[in-house]
Amino acid sequence: MQTLKQTRSRTPMKARTRYTITNIWITVLLAIGAVVMIAPLLWMLTTSLKDKEGVFALPPEWIPNPAHWDTYLRIWTEGPLASGIKNSLIVSLSVTVVGSFVSALAAFAFAKMRLPGKNGLFLLLLSGMMIPFPTLMIPQFMMFSRIGWVDTLLPLIVPGMFGNIMMIFFLRQYLTSTPDSLIEAARVDGASFPQIFFRMILPLIRPAIAAQFILWFMGVWNDYLAPTIYLNSPEKLTLQLVIANFNSNYAIQSDYPLIMAASIVALLPIFVIFLVFQRQIIESVALTGTKA
Amino acid sequence: MSSTSPATTAPARPVTAAAAPQRKSTLHRSEHRWAAAFVAAPVIGFLLFTLFPLSYSVYASFTSWNGLSAPRFIGLDNFIAIGSDPYFRKTLFNTFFYMLGIPIGLVLSLLLAMALSRKLPGRTFFRTVYYIPVISSLAAIAILWQWAYNGDYGLVNQVLHLFGIQGPNWLQDTATVKPAIIIMSVWKGLGYSMLLYLAAIQSVPKSLYEAAELDGAGSLRKFTSITLPMVRPVTFFLIVTNIINGSQMFTEINIMTPTGGPEYSAATIVWYIWQKAFKNLQMGYATSMALVLGVLIFIITAIQMRMNARNAFSVE
Repeated sequence: MQTLKQTRSRTPMKARTRYTITNIWITVLLAIGAVVMIAPLLWMLTTSLKDKEGVFALPPEWIPNPAHWDTYLRIWTEGPLASGIKNSLIVSLSVTVVGSFVSALAAFAFAKMRLPGKNGLFLLLLSGMMIPFPTLMIPQFMMFSRIGWVDTLLPLIVPGMFGNIMMIFFLRQYLTSTPDSLIEAARVDGASFPQIFFRMILPLIRPAIAAQFILWFMGVWNDYLAPTIYLNSPEKLTLQLVIANFNSNYAIQSDYPLIMAASIVALLPIFVIFLVFQRQIIESVALTGTKA
Repeated sequence: MSSTSPATTAPARPVTAAAAPQRKSTLHRSEHRWAAAFVAAPVIGFLLFTLFPLSYSVYASFTSWNGLSAPRFIGLDNFIAIGSDPYFRKTLFNTFFYMLGIPIGLVLSLLLAMALSRKLPGRTFFRTVYYIPVISSLAAIAILWQWAYNGDYGLVNQVLHLFGIQGPNWLQDTATVKPAIIIMSVWKGLGYSMLLYLAAIQSVPKSLYEAAELDGAGSLRKFTSITLPMVRPVTFFLIVTNIINGSQMFTEINIMTPTGGPEYSAATIVWYIWQKAFKNLQMGYATSMALVLGVLIFIITAIQMRMNARNAFSVE
């Protein structure tokens, strides 16, 4: 008994010191890794503040002196950056706001309502997720071209407004864990299904909607392939295309500060959203992967 | 998706409802109508933007079609042409080559997640830093890395210069362009897999590790016998999604190597399909390639689902 007690009290002490030492090593390694992760982005930022010649300086200047903040004024006139931001906002917001509402309605029906064959229907929608966009993009393009929607934002907006199966799946999972008795009780009290949806379900799944909404918004905001296919006119381009065009147009003049400044502006809104909603985003991502 | 337990619909109604069968059926009918209305939009969306285009793809893949005049039926000619198209083979090879980044990324992110699951100072800070590339737009990241890989004054070669190494002109060299893009992809995706692994590791019951310790298990044993099996569903999920996403790589190729790289050595299959369809207006041929890609992705997913039937999610 005595010896057992002794070994018990001694090992945690030794283990704790070892744990602390290992932690120090790990922190050092993590810090080195963090530098690797962040250095390219910092380089982007400093390059955007250099003059055209400063870009070529060896070794690189990490703090440009003087900093050329005027590049950030120049980008607004050198390309359709403002209209790019506006277009991206129009597309992302209309898709995610309407699409999230539609998805929440469908998730409610799939999780909590009686409908003959609804599970088969749900599986059908899920199977649609296995078909990659490149397989569908050519006929989709021809469809939209036939009705004259090419070079408008509509092909980017309209399909998203019909909801997002990932989001339906996620909200449905979230809803199945809520008791049916709540809805039964509301039904007994004479509430209609739209009333139940707006008064009970929507408030209930708001956190889940918020998390999925942000992820979806970032996805649409960062999309590149679909806008590349549909948009041509400079004033119609989304932000991602605008910066890609900055990249190809100003490379010849080797105006890297301009290219980098435009890219920074493209990254900023999402960085801000991320910093504000970091917890929700991280939780939602973690849930998607572990619950799938 | 493969293992679907028979879905249990809503639980049985209270017995009292059965007493008035007629009222029950009207109630049900109204519920059915509302439910149908609620699911209508995604179902219509599926028919319009998935099922119809898919059917049209199948038809168009048997035609010669430039997108301007009507498609002309040519039977299997497109598929025969694909078989002997060296660029198709090359871009398909490149696409799979890029997937070498997947195991690299998985190992690194698992190590990262294990490190971050310890009680370290600045855990949240590290998590944020590693996650920032994930939320960044791929277009901006591709632009950034395109210039970081520049042979003369890019960041990568400047860093190598510090160690006395003269780096290549990464994106202009057939030998380095693919590794360069893999490095970028790993850098970009690391935070995402790290986060999923972290969540999985943190949900492992502490008692498992404690029990193993009492049995005298060392760190390595604990890792192989507890951590690794417990994160298996995440590994599976990441492999499947990474392969599906990897097979659709386009943005970074189109921005970093606008001409497909030296001798098409960077071009991916989606980039080649896009090039054929929208630059060369060979819509029929491009559609058949897209269909082949779709079938390939479907087969890969199905095989993995079967291999990991235990991990596949089920409905209900």
